[in-house]
Amino acid sequence: MTVVVNGEAVDIEGPATVAGVLRRMNVPVDAAGVAVARNGEVVPRSSWNAVAVVPGDRIEVLHAVQGG
Amino acid sequence: MSDDLVIAGERFTSRLILGTGGAPSHEVLAHALEASGAEVVTVAMRRVSRGAGGSVLDVIERAGVRVLPNTAGCYTARDAVMTARLAREALRTDWVKLEVIADDRTLLPEPLELVAAAEQLVDDGFTVLPYTNDDPVLARRLEDVGCAVVMPLGAPIGSGSGIRNPYNLRIILENASVPVILDAGIGTASDAAVAMELGCAAVLVASAITRAAEPVLMAEAMRKAVEAGRLAHRAGRIPQRLYAEASSPTSGIADLRSRAG
Repeated sequence: MTVVVNGEAVDIEGPATVAGVLRRMNVPVDAAGVAVARNGEVVPRSSWNAVAVVPGDRIEVLHAVQGG
Repeated sequence: MSDDLVIAGERFTSRLILGTGGAPSHEVLAHALEASGAEVVTVAMRRVSRGAGGSVLDVIERAGVRVLPNTAGCYTARDAVMTARLAREALRTDWVKLEVIADDRTLLPEPLELVAAAEQLVDDGFTVLPYTNDDPVLARRLEDVGCAVVMPLGAPIGSGSGIRNPYNLRIILENASVPVILDAGIGTASDAAVAMELGCAAVLVASAITRAAEPVLMAEAMRKAVEAGRLAHRAGRIPQRLYAEASSPTSGIADLRSRAG
């Protein structure tokens, strides 16, 4: 299935979870300083393994950078 | 005598907050942070890019200072609230430097969205540090909705043009019962000193340090300027006068006329 991760279409084998998307992005699921939004809602770290993604989901994976 | 900065019950020795945007490298940032003496450091939240090496968080953690995520790049209350929630999730802090801007040319705060976002974030339990216009009425509204501080701009972000409206800043300072932190506009050390002399509780400096030809030297200059300005404020300056007032005694002056006449 195709989901949109950080604005780019990504093919991922279904069924998948948020944690699966992160692995696909090479982001370790224990990475410090990372947060995830799915379709405009925060997915808490404690739910990464549980929350399923479905085709067309918009996933944002953010971290802290220099700024402000 | 202790003269700590207190924000939401937390005490800081330094009154200089460092914005990390624009530093040429993490290494320069680490040295500038050390030279600045800052105990609070801002970061932005952005998309993870594959293969990104090293994190600004490593620099901040090594220095043992408080991280203050911002909502830079947000144009609406909704986006700013979401960004703050993501930052809280990523960085495990409920402190947020709230920025809601109106357009990308002026980067000026959008006042209606700013107040709406501040209200929502305070309700959500955040400690909100809002970047605001130098508008005394807006500053009061932000305080009323429960912001921990107000952070009026001296001039637009990155403009380096100092405090364009010191009169408005004085009105904000006179009426605020939360710390007033000058945010944005500082170009060089004297600007920071002026802000502190006027009575600001702290200043936030980013570009003026990170984009200086020698960021580490400028960080040290800013630290000293903030300290000097704070001391001058506490010391109480003399009034400004149009005419001179002699500092040497006006009595006991010798008669040095010649004998002639």
